[in-house]
Amino acid sequence: MIRDLHEKLINQEITSEKLTEDYFATIEKKDPEIEAYLSLNKEFALAKAATVDKKIASGEEVDLLAGIPCSVKDNICIEGLPATAASKVLENYIAPYDATVISKLKACDSVFLGKTNLDEFAMGASTENSAYQTTKNPHDISRVPGGTSGGAAASVAADECVWALGSDTGGSVRQPSSFCGVVGFKPTYGAVSRYGLIAMASSFDQIGPAAKSVEDAAIVFSRISGRDRFDSTTMPMADKNYENLLGGADLSQLKIGVPKEFFAAEGLDKKVEEKTKNAIAKYEKLGAKIVDISLKNFDYALATYYVIMPCEVSSNMARFDGIRFGKSVGAESEKAGTDYTLWDIYFKTRAKYIGPEVKRRIMLGTYALSAGYYDQYYKKAQKVRALIKKEFEEAFKKVDVILGPTSPTPAFKIGEKTENPLEMYLADIYTVTANIAGIPAISIPCGAVEIDGKNLPVGLQLMGKWFDEETVLSAAHVFENS
Amino acid sequence: MLTKSEVQKIANLARIEITDAEAEKYSKELSGILDFVEKLNEVDTDGIEPIAHITGAKNIICEDKVIEYNGETKENIISNFPEKKDRFDKVKAVF
Repeated sequence: MIRDLHEKLINQEITSEKLTEDYFATIEKKDPEIEAYLSLNKEFALAKAATVDKKIASGEEVDLLAGIPCSVKDNICIEGLPATAASKVLENYIAPYDATVISKLKACDSVFLGKTNLDEFAMGASTENSAYQTTKNPHDISRVPGGTSGGAAASVAADECVWALGSDTGGSVRQPSSFCGVVGFKPTYGAVSRYGLIAMASSFDQIGPAAKSVEDAAIVFSRISGRDRFDSTTMPMADKNYENLLGGADLSQLKIGVPKEFFAAEGLDKKVEEKTKNAIAKYEKLGAKIVDISLKNFDYALATYYVIMPCEVSSNMARFDGIRFGKSVGAESEKAGTDYTLWDIYFKTRAKYIGPEVKRRIMLGTYALSAGYYDQYYKKAQKVRALIKKEFEEAFKKVDVILGPTSPTPAFKIGEKTENPLEMYLADIYTVTANIAGIPAISIPCGAVEIDGKNLPVGLQLMGKWFDEETVLSAAHVFENS
Repeated sequence: MLTKSEVQKIANLARIEITDAEAEKYSKELSGILDFVEKLNEVDTDGIEPIAHITGAKNIICEDKVIEYNGETKENIISNFPEKKDRFDKVKAVF
């Protein structure tokens, strides 16, 4: 889609300004119901679009992303705009700097329409944990869009932007993309800079796009990846334009691993299983070699994630203490004439402005890291993480990509899982392994199932070797186009 | 099962004020999650080193150089202070 729009822009069949205005018109029409956006950036977006139009009119060469309207998840900083992370504690926060991904996209002349909704601080699986609003699934508004990048995926599915920037810690781009019937991509850990992404669990967090096609995701990935001095976990990347490497991939050379554990997992919906098996058959027909593999530690992935992640959360959330930014009871106490101590400010600010799921994870992590429990939980989980990584290394000696469902079920009903945190966590079962191992993974649409008279999309997940985004994207692209 | 007083102790370490009713709720929820992660004990990890970094990056260094931010960025940082006096972040006495 991006390439087509780009052609139209450079041939001056359309202008970026008109395109941007059209997207704002769609947002105004649809978003009161979908509620994908937390804030809009109309003035700056239209000014940027006009700049791009001028460049094109004067014959200047522009990037593929130039003048193309996109949305940005509200946990990624754009200078001068709010970055709430869907938390009350950052309600009044204005980002003083650009995330590295934003600087890179600005250099491409991207047009940012606005900031999208998420689960508070990217903790959840349905976007229901937002402190502000519940985003609806555009395919059935009684259902969740998935999460945590629910706003991002819904904004793409509802045509409220061309593509969206999200973040994926345990499946937060892929799972909502599968629920909303779009493409969601999580790059290798270290491929994209996390500088300016409000940290949730730093050893898992990775920024990635939700888009209409694999090619669009590849276009964005090529432009946001690379080594960054502000994120020491980023690795030097080969300077590739992945979108040009997708065509004509020869699937007869491709070995696809299918772990038997994926189909033995509790809670896998029969219809999702059927769609996944159809996808395997399609790959086989396209010439790929299907290899049965085993990932015995798959059963322990979710437990590993739910120890390490809250530990990192408890550490990362310590900064929201009412002192340097965000909401604080300190300012209120002054006005009310109450004399709070420093201690009171920490305790009361965090009690008042941080939401229940975030508190739950902070406490879980605090407990697991506390004296006497560190070895039992955190160290044990890091050992299992090492085993899971090793298992993937062994598997990738035999196969090029690993295939499975993205989510065990299609989109669930709003309110269905909010009462039981553990049940919500199970929504991440297929996606977390990629974050635990740090490997790239993509979710692509593989059909829909009819439930209550609505067609709910199903996503197929492909995981690849570390920094081998090329194979993952190519394999996904061939599937999408056949 | 975590007791309410254990939950209060954790909340204290995490610097979050919680009510008695919340302590009750968290004791159930946190215990449920801890029971779930107990299954990690089934895994034999003898002789396995805990992982330090997933892509194996180590000793990543950068030039020790001050990067000067422009005045606008500095003002934007200051304007995010919850309480300020002139251009200083105002905090309560520590001691």
